[in-house]
Formats: sequence, structure tokens, C-alpha cells
Amino acid sequence: MALISNRAGWASVSPALGWTLVFFVLPFAAMLAISFYPQDGSGFSLAAYTQFFASPSYYYALFNSLEVTGLVTAISILLAYPFAWILADVVPERWQRLALTLAVLPFWTSYVVRSYSWLLVLSENGLVNATLVKFGILSAPIQLANTRGATVIGFVHFFVMLLTLTIYANLKQLSPNYRKAAADLGAGPIRSFIHVVLPLTLPGIMVGAFLTFVLAIGDYITPQILGGNNELLMPQLIMMQIGRRGDFTSASALSIILMLVVTLAYLLCARWLKIERT
Amino acid sequence: MKDLVTIENLSRDFANTKALNDVSLAIKPGSYTVLLGPSGSGKTTLLSILGGFLQPSSGRVLINGADCTNVPPAKRPTATVFQDYALFPHMTVENNVGFGLRMRGVDSATRTARAEEMLTLVGLAQSAGKKPHQLSGGQRQRVALARALIVEPAVLLLDEPLGALDLKLRRQMQDELKAIQKRVGTAFIHVTHDQEEAMALADHVVVMNNGEIEDEGTPEKVYAQPASRFSATFMGESTIINNHAIRPEHITIVKSKGRLGSATVADIVYQGSYKRVLAKSDATQFIIRMPAETTLTVGETVQLDCASNHMIKLLR
Amino acid sequence: MMLRLTSSIYAALIYGFIFLPVFVLVLFSFQASLFPIPPFNGPSLRWYAAVLADKRLVAGLGNSILLALSTSALATVLGFLSAWGFARFQLPKSGLMRGLITAPLTISYLIIGMGLLVFFNWIGIPKSLIAVGIGHVVINMPLCFAIIYSQMGDHQANIERAARDLGAPEWKVLSLITAPLLWPAIFASFFLSMTFSWDEFVISFLLTRFDTTLPVEIWNLLRAGLNPKTNAVGSLVFGVSILMAILFEVFAFRKRPA
Repeated sequence: MALISNRAGWASVSPALGWTLVFFVLPFAAMLAISFYPQDGSGFSLAAYTQFFASPSYYYALFNSLEVTGLVTAISILLAYPFAWILADVVPERWQRLALTLAVLPFWTSYVVRSYSWLLVLSENGLVNATLVKFGILSAPIQLANTRGATVIGFVHFFVMLLTLTIYANLKQLSPNYRKAAADLGAGPIRSFIHVVLPLTLPGIMVGAFLTFVLAIGDYITPQILGGNNELLMPQLIMMQIGRRGDFTSASALSIILMLVVTLAYLLCARWLKIERT
Repeated sequence: MKDLVTIENLSRDFANTKALNDVSLAIKPGSYTVLLGPSGSGKTTLLSILGGFLQPSSGRVLINGADCTNVPPAKRPTATVFQDYALFPHMTVENNVGFGLRMRGVDSATRTARAEEMLTLVGLAQSAGKKPHQLSGGQRQRVALARALIVEPAVLLLDEPLGALDLKLRRQMQDELKAIQKRVGTAFIHVTHDQEEAMALADHVVVMNNGEIEDEGTPEKVYAQPASRFSATFMGESTIINNHAIRPEHITIVKSKGRLGSATVADIVYQGSYKRVLAKSDATQFIIRMPAETTLTVGETVQLDCASNHMIKLLR
Repeated sequence: MMLRLTSSIYAALIYGFIFLPVFVLVLFSFQASLFPIPPFNGPSLRWYAAVLADKRLVAGLGNSILLALSTSALATVLGFLSAWGFARFQLPKSGLMRGLITAPLTISYLIIGMGLLVFFNWIGIPKSLIAVGIGHVVINMPLCFAIIYSQMGDHQANIERAARDLGAPEWKVLSLITAPLLWPAIFASFFLSMTFSWDEFVISFLLTRFDTTLPVEIWNLLRAGLNPKTNAVGSLVFGVSILMAILFEVFAFRKRPA
């Protein structure tokens, strides 16, 4: 089909391809390699991996990550869906863009700052404790920050926004005639939602849930700021290997394990979506 | 016979135009009414108001004597077949068809039986377990029809149901629609811009333009006695002279001087069973239907004639 | 109507939840006393002054801007060239190569950063802003490629063929026809890359030592606990982001083709 030689095409894609190979594939290979070859030069060893399965403090990090991420995903979807529905169906058309922009606005602070802001709300002397103590509801401040709960709140705050956007787009894409037909045949708004809207938006929710899972499980910032070191999640464990001990081998092995978990989730999700399509 | 549907002085404003302007109409039970008009004529707006998807700015809609103007679609005795069919993609054909009964609390066994009945009526009994995306356009149209008829509405509303089909399929579906309507006995109100479709299906044609009703009656009456210039040129073709309309098949070419005078042949279009001839005089453009074997040449001067009773006086 | 009422209450609660931390952030950036916690004594601009006087923060800001601009430009150019190459030529194993280029999109930044840390350590590239820059191009180029590639359909191809037919050499077709037609996609890619690079933390944290980006400097501030200075710099970033968004809206509207 091309009348000019493919050479121009190759020339055009080489820079991007080269960059990907050198700065993405090779580093990945290096990381893989170093996970099997500790830096003390003792040769091939699976120690970094067996260590993970052997020490509770290590594999609990993965369990914690999965639990927290699962919790965050479920809560965020439950909160975001009705919100997205309100923005798509209840808010008058001409205000929808503004309503969406407002919902996204607070996330234009940097991600680090946004997580820090929750500390301002949840810490011992922060807004919540100070207010509750002042009004006599509490006699002394309670531990809200540096807990799993704080991490979950911090994550949910972000992912409710993200899921609202994706579910909104999904809802908008749905032909209005489906709902009209359902109404015409006697379905009230609730039954129209259960029988028609929800099933048709389910694939979109699935994609959003997967996105949430992947982004949350790999996030270092939120758990570190809000969860502290009481309960470690995978990203924190990984960073600890580098920071404290300079142990690239362990860090690499843990990163690979994390990546495998995400890949597994991806395969499950893709399989589910394929089943949905038939 | 009492009217099934009465539309009283319906108006619908839209931005700075009137989508419907003081429209009044009566629909008889068991009739096949076609709302015919170009885009923007208000025919779809009228249908949407009848279905309850749109509120009129003023006026009333009465169905079986009851004022339904503010009644939501679910509670009206109407059912709509949408232009894109709007079949629920995640449900089987059978579940699609049974949906209306499910909303009415009918039990599963009865639903299945009734759905099978309706699918047999539209000729799709074997497709009950399929999903919409596995069906052709014509098949989907029939499922949409079955889904709407199963709830036994007083009136069935169809929004350009055959628009997405090719010519041959359209003709076939027209025959089927007519047969089903006669069989079921429900009043159909069918919106289209295709005047041939209107003539083939309707026993009551309503010609609309600019939010108003231009003409109304049986297809034979509207064709033979068009009330307005618009109606004369939209439903079939006409030559307009001095506020009179003459149908192409009523103009003849004669040897001696004709009532209509002389004209120059401008274009000859072969249409298989006839030739469509355009001829021009100083004042008028004539549209003439001639037998297929006629030999004429472009530029030739001819004398045109017609019987006096074929010159129809237009009211508007 | 019942639905309206419950919807309004629910929406208000969610909006409240969304705005709560930012509200607290901005409010206590104007704190007059030493801690960004109730009670609010103020307003005072002392912490904003402290931010602007903090050489490290200002340096970090400069570095972030520089990095965002340069890496976004590079990512966009690489993305554009590769999108063009794959869209207009029949290259063997095209699907595989395209998959490779978009693969980084599915990998967590932490892991990409880890890989680069190990790799650079091995081949002897020191921790620096350049190292971070390389990482930012790795994460943003796939995005640019995906966006621009999705816009290079048959319609575009026909216009380019017409230009070639009229005698334009390849590079002119590219610069005078292809690029301008793809302007919205190119702009969107650049803008998105800027956004991601500007706010990126993990890769910057892993690959820098002394000269670093704003998010990392803010992180360092966090070590000192709750500090209104952090509030101030956070609010500043917030304000600038809003300003950029407004400018983008205005700019995008002006640029709309007739």
C-alpha cells in the first residue's frame, strides 16, 4: 500500500522503539537478573524469592496490599456509581461539565500534597480530632492517622474521583433509547436501572475497578504518608529494601512478585470481559 | 365510532421555533395512520408526545377518553418501536420480548409462552435464544415489534421503523407490518418521510410540514385531491399552474393545440415501466409520465393537454 | 421529588468529602501561628513568604518545570514519529512492536523506577535530573503514541495521498499536512505528559540525590511533620494548576478550527 519504501517507516519508528528497548526492556531485564544474582557476588540464588514466601512480615505485606486494595476498590465503586449517575442523569445537561470539573478540581493539587492534606484532617491535632474534642464528644484525641483506615480513606478519596469520571463516560455513552424503551414497557427508574443500565455498564465498571486495583496496589505515597510504618504494604516494603539496606536484589524480587500479581489480575479481568461479550 | 386517540390543539415550542403549531387530530380504533413529512415537519415530535417522552407546551392528548397529557410512558396504553430498535443487547430475544410482561409482574412460565406466541406472529420463533447482535436488521425490527405488541397497547407508535433497511427488505417488511396490524387489530401510528411507504401502508395519511398538518385522509383521497401545494408535491409529484395541481399521469402529449399549451422537452428519465419527462414553458415546469416506448428528444417542442376534471384546485 | 432530594443530599456529601482536605490545606496555609491545625489564627502570608524564600523549594519548582517541558516535548515527538511510522507503513510484526511501545502503560511507576535504578547503577549513570528525565519519557511516550496513533485513520491517509499526488516530498507532507491535522492529538499528548511529569514522585525520588523535583522537595518537607509551609507550597501548586487549566480552556477555544 505504501508507495515509498518502508525505510522511511523504519526510520520513523526506530527512535521510540530504541528508547523503549534501552530504557524499559533492558532495565526490566536487569532487574530480573539482579533478583537472581545477589550483589555479594554469590552467584545464582533464589533466596530473594524464597525469603518472601518464608518470612511472614514479607508475605503479609502482599496480603495487606490485596486486602486494602480490594477494600478501596469496592468502597470507591459503591460511592462513585451513584455520584456518576447523579452527574449524568439528574444534573441538567448544561451544568454537567461544570459539576464534573468541580469534582475533579481538588485533585489538581499534587498527589503528595493531597495525601498530606488528609493528615491535616486525621492526625492527632488535626481537624477531626480537634473538632470532636472541642465539642466534648471526645475527651482525648483518637488515633486516626497512621492506620489502615487512614490509608483507605486517602485512596478512596482519589479513586472515587477517577471512577466517577469513567462511570460517567460509560453512562453517557449508553443510548437514551434503552432507557426510553424500558420506561415505555413499564419499568420505573429503579427497575430500569437494575435490568438495563447496570448490566450494560458492568463492563465499564470492571475496567475502572481494574484500573483502581493496579494504581492502588503500586502506590507508595498514600500508604507511607497516611498508613505510616505500622502496617506495611508492598510498595513500602520494596522501598525499605532500597532505602535502609541498599538491597537491590530483594527489592527487585519483590517488584517482580508485585508485577506478577498485577498480571494475574489483568488476565482474570480480560477473561471476564471476554465472557461478558458473548 | 368513537375516537381512540384525540389530539387537541397540541403545540410544542423549541428554542425560537414551533416544532408543533396547534395540531389537532383524531385516530380511529384499528386504523393504520401514517404521519408523513420531511425532516423538521414535527411528525417525530408529535409521536414523542403521544408516547409520553415529550411534554407539549400546550394542548391535550386523550387516549380512550382519558387525558394522558401528563402521564409517563410506563403508565400510558401506548408502546413504541424506536428507530434504532433499542433492543437490550445483554438479553436474549425471548427476554427482550418478555420484558414488558415482567414489568407487569407476569410469572415466568406465562411470559415464555406469550413471548413464543409473539415471536411466531413475527416469524422468529427459532430465534428465541439468540442475542440481538446475532440478528440481521430486519430480524431485530421484528423483535422490537413483538416486544411492543406483547403488552397489548391501545396504540402502537412506530418511529421510522423501516429507515435502516434496504429497498427490497423494506417492501417486504411493509407487507408484513400491514398483515400484522390487520391480524392484531391494534391502531398503528407510523412516522415516515417516504411517501410510497405511506401510500402502501396507511388507511389514514396525515401530511405534515413545519409543525402543521397540511393534508389528511385516505391515500387515494390525498393523492387525487391534494389540499395544498405542499401536499401535491410531497405526496407524489404535480405540475402546478395557477393554484391548480395536475398529476403527471394526467398530462398527455397531443398533435393539435392542447389546453396546457406548448412546452420544450428539457429532460427524459427512463424508469423501467415508464418515462418521466420534464418539459418547460415560459411560466411552468411540467412533470409528465409517458409510456416507456415513447420516443421524444430533448429540445423538442410539444403540445400538452389534460382533462378539466384532472386540474385540482388547491386550498393553500 | 424524592429522587431529587436524596440525590442532592448524596451529591453534597460526596462533594464535601472531595473538597474537605483541600479546604483544610488552603485554609491553614494562611495560618499565622506555627502549626496548620485548629484553631485558625490568621490570615497571614508568612508561610507563602517562607516558601518563596526557600531556595530548595524554588529550585525544585524550576527543575520540575524544566523537566516537564523537555520530557513532554521529547515524548510527543517520539510518539508522533512512531505513530506515523506504524500508521502509514506496513511494517512486519507491527502489532508486536506497538504492544511493546505501549507496554509501560501497564507497569507501575514504582517498578519502572526500580528497573531504571538497577540499570543505571549497573551501567554507571549517576542519580540526576537527567536520569529522571529518561524515566519520564519512558512513562509518557506510550501515552503520546497511543493518543496520536488512534487519530491517524484512513481519512488522514487520503489527505496525505492527495498532497503526495500534488508533488509534495515526504518531509513536507509530514510537516505541512500531517502534523497540523493532528494538532489536537499532539496538543493533548503534550499537555497530558506535562501533567504526569510535573506531579510525578516515585521515579524522581528513586533517581535523584541533590537536585530534585518539586514533589520530592515537598516530600522532604513532610519529614518535619505538619508544617504550614507545606500547606503554602501545596496551595501555590493548586493555584497554578487552576490557572493553567483556565489558560488551556481559553487557548483551546481560540484554536478551534473554523
